[in-house]
Amino acid sequence: MSDIIGLVFISIGLFFDVIGCLGLVRLPDVYNRLQASTKCVTLGTCSILFGTFLVVGFTAAGFKALMCMAFLILTSPVAAHAIARGAHRAGVKLCKDSVVDEYAKDKEGEA
Amino acid sequence: MDKINEAREIKKARWFLGALSLAALLALIIIRPLPFLCFPGLPYSGFLGRAIYIFILACVLSLYRIARGPTGADRIVAIDILGIMIVGLCAVLTISTQRSWYMDIAIAWALQSFISTLALSKYLEGRSFDE
Repeated sequence: MSDIIGLVFISIGLFFDVIGCLGLVRLPDVYNRLQASTKCVTLGTCSILFGTFLVVGFTAAGFKALMCMAFLILTSPVAAHAIARGAHRAGVKLCKDSVVDEYAKDKEGEA
Repeated sequence: MDKINEAREIKKARWFLGALSLAALLALIIIRPLPFLCFPGLPYSGFLGRAIYIFILACVLSLYRIARGPTGADRIVAIDILGIMIVGLCAVLTISTQRSWYMDIAIAWALQSFISTLALSKYLEGRSFDE
């Protein structure tokens, strides 16, 4: 029974991975791409790792999967934030349809 | 006015063509996958073989963004996503081949991907690595 629940989790994770990569190809801007792909792919990969834990059970590989999941949840937002900050400081433009840019105001306040 | 309508129709046609080709590829993978990479005799070999092919499709999509990306930040985002997806691929390989050391590769790859993303984004920002 837990095998079937694990395979369902793996299917959900595959769906989110494909959607995230589609967003990486389709969206118009670095920041939009970062938004779509990082959230979707992190959620999808965490779901796949949890499904692996459910299928494999309480073995060494299962606990390593749980550890890897916690590590991904901790580190992926940090990496995404670093990329967004670096891109904005390097002068990458926002796309034409963007409405608001708060970080530019903050940078003016600093300087 | 005609030019705007024409551009809109071309955009709609490209959207439709892309969605159709992606759906056709997914259907081809799900209905009749190639016989490589399916490990016969091991548990759930059919489902996990199809899962590996869907992973390869997603990796090809992000490799397109690495090759095409107009700025460096696009490439860094795509490299980060590719690393996270390889972690998931290693997890699927753990079940489908019954070898537990694929999980060690996944943990090491997650660490390496995180550190390389931080280093590349600091390089993008224009600072050196020890600041």
